[in-house]
Amino acid sequence: MATATFRIWRGDARGGGYRDYRTEVGEGMVVLDAVHQIQAEHAPDLAVRWNCKAGRCGSCSAEVNGMPKLMCMTRLEDLPLEQPVTLEPMRAFPRLKDLVTDVSWNYRVKTKITPFTPRPPDAPDGTWRMQQGDVDRVMEFRKCIECFLCQDVCHVLREHRLHESFIGPRFLVYAAALEMHPLDTADRTEELRAAHGIGYCNITKCCTTVCPEGITITDNAIIPLKERVADRAYDPLRKLLRLIGLSG
Amino acid sequence: MTAASETVSYDVLVIGAGGAGLRAAIAASAAGSKVGVICKSLLGKAHTVMAEGGVAAALANVDDRDSWRVHFADTMRGGQYMNDCRMAELHAKEAPDRVRELEAWGALFDRTPDGRILQRNFGGHAYPRLAHVGDRTGLEMIRTLQDHGVHAGIEFHMECTVITLLTDGGRMAGAFGYDRERGRFRVYTAKAVVLATGGVGRAYRITSNSWEYTGDGQALAYEAGAELVDMEFLQFHPTGMVWPPSVRGILVTEGVRGEGGILANKDGRRFMFDDIPPAYKNQTADNEEEGWRYCQGDKSARRPPELLTRDHVARCINREIKAGRGSPHGGVFLDIAWIKRKLPNAPEHIKRKLPTMYHQFKELAGVDITQRPMEVGPTTHYMMGGIRVDPDSQMSSVAGLFAAGECAAGLHGANRLGGNSLSDLLVFGKRAGEYAARFAREHGDARVDERQVEAAGRQALAPLERTDAVDGAGPYQVQHDLQGMMQDLVGIVRTGPEIARALEGLEALRARAERVGVTGNREYNPGWHTALDLPHMLIVSEAIARSALERTESRGAHFRDDFPAKDESLGKVRMVVKQGADGRMALTRIPVPPVPPELQHVIEEMK
Repeated sequence: MATATFRIWRGDARGGGYRDYRTEVGEGMVVLDAVHQIQAEHAPDLAVRWNCKAGRCGSCSAEVNGMPKLMCMTRLEDLPLEQPVTLEPMRAFPRLKDLVTDVSWNYRVKTKITPFTPRPPDAPDGTWRMQQGDVDRVMEFRKCIECFLCQDVCHVLREHRLHESFIGPRFLVYAAALEMHPLDTADRTEELRAAHGIGYCNITKCCTTVCPEGITITDNAIIPLKERVADRAYDPLRKLLRLIGLSG
Repeated sequence: MTAASETVSYDVLVIGAGGAGLRAAIAASAAGSKVGVICKSLLGKAHTVMAEGGVAAALANVDDRDSWRVHFADTMRGGQYMNDCRMAELHAKEAPDRVRELEAWGALFDRTPDGRILQRNFGGHAYPRLAHVGDRTGLEMIRTLQDHGVHAGIEFHMECTVITLLTDGGRMAGAFGYDRERGRFRVYTAKAVVLATGGVGRAYRITSNSWEYTGDGQALAYEAGAELVDMEFLQFHPTGMVWPPSVRGILVTEGVRGEGGILANKDGRRFMFDDIPPAYKNQTADNEEEGWRYCQGDKSARRPPELLTRDHVARCINREIKAGRGSPHGGVFLDIAWIKRKLPNAPEHIKRKLPTMYHQFKELAGVDITQRPMEVGPTTHYMMGGIRVDPDSQMSSVAGLFAAGECAAGLHGANRLGGNSLSDLLVFGKRAGEYAARFAREHGDARVDERQVEAAGRQALAPLERTDAVDGAGPYQVQHDLQGMMQDLVGIVRTGPEIARALEGLEALRARAERVGVTGNREYNPGWHTALDLPHMLIVSEAIARSALERTESRGAHFRDDFPAKDESLGKVRMVVKQGADGRMALTRIPVPPVPPELQHVIEEMK
């Protein structure tokens, strides 16, 4: 069997560095398999976060050769194994240990977005009628597995560290799913503009590129939200109507 | 230093943050309790996220012949009448409201043409009954519960693990655990505790379960004095991936068969037609054409044999593989691509109905399921048995200790129908949360015994102090050996002598587990965590083996090669294990709960 070298960042919040591990690689293996093998053979305390191993829970996010990836969905045969495979934790979040980062900021951000606010049930049985077409519009956003790779790659968070003023692509997708939900009645445009910093996104589409679920984050979620915000906040006629109290 | 560095106090403590735990927490919080939830991983990553096919509820949106009565009868038949009939009744009656409630919290299901929730066919369900969203229903459910829960005043403790439950005399006082990030101990005091920790799949080599499912809830309850029941009934899902090796065991949804997927051996034979159990003869198609019409919604057609119950389908697949009629990588073929002979736009249809499966096979196995068959084989999937609870309140025999979802027993009997786990966790999660809140209201604070905390802390730190551990005494090695042994000796086909060997093997593994040493410090140390999971896995493995040895018959998911037939007398009893006064596991038999006449009538009516 062939072997390959994995250059893994080991350390914690105080600092660390890369360490090389050689391990056997076999047919169909993914990066996470190699990490588990290294854990079992050489480094039992190597920290890695994972659960489903099928690209569905979004736990094993890391940077593979510098690219934000789910380790469970990155096959070794798609990587150049003649050189070491570099594995490091996501850069947009504080490092905890080895490949594990502190992603708790994401969970705090979500609670600041106005939650789902349905209209009263309209069918006699106390439920709602919705057409498949209306549901389909938001299905794409609801596929999100919260792996936070889009947050990791977003330069507003990664380079500019504007975590306090920008919610990042994941939560713009979340807001879009709520705004376009067939039953939702809340209006989040003002909070998106003022509190959630939608203006910081300059649509470089890096988030869309790394999304393992293939969600068209920028075109389908962020741009329509930006249009709504612009319509509402900057349309002179609406501004006038709002001033004289004719429109919310 | 073993003292806890932090103590937090709740009325109701929920251990586990999958569907059952979240639903319980929401219910307890709505009832006015201060609620804390302990998640072993990050919030929203629990195994509910993997559920694909849908949630079973007799909404009767697609077929108006459906009702709670039919759902109840289907559940009882699927469970071989070993179910707790009161739980099956509550489940069938309450599931529709629990599903509608999710919609009010923002969940979006696929729709019927008139705008209601769409339902699909699934094994063992007489009518299309599974509300679904493509094949990612579990994600939709857990995200809905999570997003609703974070606005319900519940406190979440992510990446924390419970080591032991704390008791005060005969009642619950809370739990003792640690956080992964720093490895610090924590004491959670609570008036009531709800266990919602899921399954035990990690005790086996081939499983659909992630690392978390080490039988924590069952083992914690057992050590606190509760009873475990039906532990011999472990579901092997018929269709897990078999290739490549690294994904072996990962689930392939039954929805593939619901949409018309067929099982074939290497000779291309649809072997499921060869063996249809008598109890299902009347409801099963006897030719391929009728089976296809059923999948297309023809109400006059009977279902194809691929949609027989999971226990039966898993054994048929196992038989084909053992007889040398399997696929190249040791499975059988599951083919959905064939429907292109029936539907003009089949590839698009498959991608729309089964997007996750399409993606999973494309990315992990390099197989395009719209063009080629998949290779599948049985995988350890779901524990029907678990903590014995009161059917209405979900309280165990320990006062103030509740359980819901997979770690509790009763609803599914000897075999669970697909789709009934998602409805189970909603119905009984809510009940457990409500009754736990009521218990907390009616009882004062319990007293935490510092000696219990000290002893648990000392024991938990022991693996880190055994730096002289010799080769083969590492936690991963012990876990690996346990998984191999359970897979080989207490797997899908069992015999008395093999189970007896497993029980001996467990003794030896327990001795090794007590000596394991780990390197590194307490911070996010997976080796240490595996060492702490081992005692739980050993308890549930012993419970499975003891119950399986005692049941000298074949029924539902439990198949004994040395006793291949049903034994009517054993059909009337359930196996219960409990820690004896001497600290050893003791097994007793209890009668299957009697079916009251009005429910018996429903069963007869649906036969």
